[in-house]
Amino acid sequence: MEYETVIGLEIHAQLLTDSKAFCGCTTRFGNDPNSNTCPICLGMPGVLPVFNRKALEFTVKMALACHCTINEVSRFARKNYYYPDLPKNYQISQYELPLSEHGWVEVETGGEIRKIGITRIHMEEDAGKLVHDENKPVSYVDLNRTGVPLIEIVSEPEMRSPEEASAYLRSLRSILVYLEICDGNMEEGSFRCDANISLRPKGQTELGVKTELKNMNSFRNVQRALQYEIERQTELLNEGQAIVQDTRLFDPSAGTTSSMRTKEEAHDYRYFPDPDLLPLRVAPDLAEDLRKGLPELPAQKKARFIEQFGIPAYDAGVLTASRDLAAYFEQTVELHPDHKMVSNWIMTEVMRELKGEEEGITSCPVSPNGLAALLKLIDKGTISGKIAKTVFEEMWATGEEPATIVEKKGLVQVSDTGRLTELVQKALDDNPSEVEKYLAGNKRILGFFVGQVMKATKGKANPKVVNQVLAEELKKRGAS
Amino acid sequence: MPELYEMTATDLAEMLREKKVSSVEITRSVIDRMDAVEPKINSYVNPAPEQALEMAENADQRLASGDDDPLTGIPIAVKDNMCIRGRKTTCGSRILANFVPPYDATVVSRLRDAGMVILGSANMDEFAMGSSNESSCWGPTRNPWDLERIPGGSSGGPAAAVASGAAVVSLGSDTGGSIRLPASFCGVLGMKPTYGAVSRYGLVAFASSLDQIGPFARDTSDLALLLNVICGHDPMDSTSMPREYPDFTGFLDKPLEGMTLGLPEEFFNRLDNPEVEQVISEARSVLEKLGVKFVELSLPHLDYGIAAYYIIAPSEASSNLARYDGVKYGHRADQFEDMIDMYCRTRSEGFGDEVKRRIMLGTYALSSGYYDAYYLKAAKIRNLMTMEFRDAFEKCDAIYCPTAPTPAFKIGEKVDDPIQMYLTDVFTIPVNMAGLPGFTIPGGFSQEGLPIGLQFIAPHFEEGRLIQLAAAFQRETDHHLKRPPL
Repeated sequence: MEYETVIGLEIHAQLLTDSKAFCGCTTRFGNDPNSNTCPICLGMPGVLPVFNRKALEFTVKMALACHCTINEVSRFARKNYYYPDLPKNYQISQYELPLSEHGWVEVETGGEIRKIGITRIHMEEDAGKLVHDENKPVSYVDLNRTGVPLIEIVSEPEMRSPEEASAYLRSLRSILVYLEICDGNMEEGSFRCDANISLRPKGQTELGVKTELKNMNSFRNVQRALQYEIERQTELLNEGQAIVQDTRLFDPSAGTTSSMRTKEEAHDYRYFPDPDLLPLRVAPDLAEDLRKGLPELPAQKKARFIEQFGIPAYDAGVLTASRDLAAYFEQTVELHPDHKMVSNWIMTEVMRELKGEEEGITSCPVSPNGLAALLKLIDKGTISGKIAKTVFEEMWATGEEPATIVEKKGLVQVSDTGRLTELVQKALDDNPSEVEKYLAGNKRILGFFVGQVMKATKGKANPKVVNQVLAEELKKRGAS
Repeated sequence: MPELYEMTATDLAEMLREKKVSSVEITRSVIDRMDAVEPKINSYVNPAPEQALEMAENADQRLASGDDDPLTGIPIAVKDNMCIRGRKTTCGSRILANFVPPYDATVVSRLRDAGMVILGSANMDEFAMGSSNESSCWGPTRNPWDLERIPGGSSGGPAAAVASGAAVVSLGSDTGGSIRLPASFCGVLGMKPTYGAVSRYGLVAFASSLDQIGPFARDTSDLALLLNVICGHDPMDSTSMPREYPDFTGFLDKPLEGMTLGLPEEFFNRLDNPEVEQVISEARSVLEKLGVKFVELSLPHLDYGIAAYYIIAPSEASSNLARYDGVKYGHRADQFEDMIDMYCRTRSEGFGDEVKRRIMLGTYALSSGYYDAYYLKAAKIRNLMTMEFRDAFEKCDAIYCPTAPTPAFKIGEKVDDPIQMYLTDVFTIPVNMAGLPGFTIPGGFSQEGLPIGLQFIAPHFEEGRLIQLAAAFQRETDHHLKRPPL
């Protein structure tokens, strides 16, 4: 039987506030264990939470960027469970009345754009970390992360493939980074994702039994885990077996998932409104002010790039994946208005050096000025496109201006027809049998002569001029 | 001339300013009195006489330099659920027996700022759960009027300390009557202010939406002065009300002429103790002579007060007390197999029966599938009660009723019957449910000489009106001047 995959994602994003969600402790990463703590985030007797206004503003921004409705009144709720990384043994979250609901984002896979619904975006606090001793049966508790503000973004079960899930995830990450409210680092855990996945016979509207997947700390692992789960569930269904609703852990080294707990073993979180925090009222004015302050978001920027610069949708998508990369592009085309050429260079040379980390663009050693200057050297014929790649690498390594590098290394292109004619004639004279072959009709041998000239000029010969001269000289020899 | 420990804070404050006495002398007198009566009463869990004398010396310096507040130098006892930096704060529980907070509760900071002398932490029912002070892990406090009887709970220690002269004034906390009930049983004044008037920061939580700190005193003027110290907005408590409070001593001399008091029939129908009835009715005559009119009211949802309270309070408690797990501070079991076993043993050893009972009640009430039937319904009843009170205050300025159905009962009398124990709070619980201020003052005595308190309930933030009523009543009566025969 053919099955349809149904995927929903729950995303947790750490907000980039200076202080924690309910106390004044710093959120700085990497400090000594338990140094970013106070009686409040340590859950000492009698302490009380006071909500961080910045965290609220950040959440409202994300909700607006995802076309959500902002609930004028929302409530904090306590999610009760025991774990040593949770000092109060309850997490302050939102349950019945979340901050925002009913949104959507556009996601593109294989050229097709679909709207994926967002059920809700709510605020909560992060838990601490347990460090397990490898040699002794002992665990250590680090509460630096306890109380760091998080938002949880819950999607509708509307994704139909691992690729689409991954694209959705990238799209949300990109919005968060554009808004400068989350650094989006999956490896460090500031952007985390759990997935719900089920299969159903094609055409059926009723949802199948789902499993929940955890421990996927990269985009690739999200796809791998979902792919594995599709295969596992398909096999079970084909064998006529039932899917057991459970929570499964992904094992990145094995590429498989295994059951952590079944539905029967699931926690009863005993949610109830947190009596220490009053209902939260978001004044319509505040939401409106925040809406006005929203930056251009990835989807809008992409559309504008296609329209304004006439570049392909694919290029626009790559260039707008990060706000800084997009700015880099815009600054470069300002100085060198060959849009497609700039786009190509950024997508190939620049991205290669960034090794896929778009955010690295802010600290990259080649400025938009430098790149534009380099491209101008190609346009003027000072250097060839090929040499330009060498110059670019040198610029990346040393941070020097392209003209300086070209001069210092003597990389100026040889376009002088007289000099090139000499070299072409020498190449023909030195290789009479190849000339004969050419004249006998083997046109492919032309490349050999170009190579000889390039060799003689250490690659600096202007390939256009070489080809031109070569054609003329060979013509002469054929006629004689 | 009376002993210093017998005098009111108001009189002592005047003597301090006239340089007739020093704070050290006052404090010494109170400490001597503690030494004399504590073996019988057990109102303190952690008396701190040495630190108190140091604070008294500082207070004397402040008085000498003129940098003083009205209550500077006055000794006060603090219930054992308010954090005092560097001193044990145990909440009457084994699980916190070794807990020393590294911070002051906001009220404690306010006492320090006012230059008051903190005598120590006073006994209480474990985690403020109880009406008799018998659930304290440090043993019960005894009623100064009859050592065979309970002082009322859960703030039995602070009430008994003031009644017996082991403190001039004190602070308690009131979740369902925990200030007013012991005030009634010990023959002192006790007020639960409006929810949000006094910061809860550093008050070890029992039921967060109901807990409120309030003062005990032997006279209305003392109580007004202490209320001036503790009321005020605190940015550390999100449920604290950002507003200005009046000088409560300004209400002491106001006449009652033209005031109307409401009599809720649901309360009076439940009254079946002739001695309490008599005290209530005699006090009413006194008030009538002062020009007060009375009007009968009906607040039908008052009948559901206890039922709804015993869903909401234990639900919140089950979550508030989850943090006592042996991981970070407090008691941890010596022997355990694994983490879950450590949790179980720590909590089994650390909590007493009443606390365990309420944790189980609350855990059950919040469980998936039961939430709507219990917690949500109780929350709705709570809203209805609040609305009924609001309507009632359209017809009257304050409500007049008893504090407790009976005078103080005997130690052990109700300890095995939780329902009977819970019913003790029938007249006090609705006040917490609606977040209103309630005030208990001495109204008279039973034939056996046990104090019986009156209760006044006012609209939100009308503590001043309660002070006005109490002060006028006390100008005409002398019940509050009687001292237990210790």
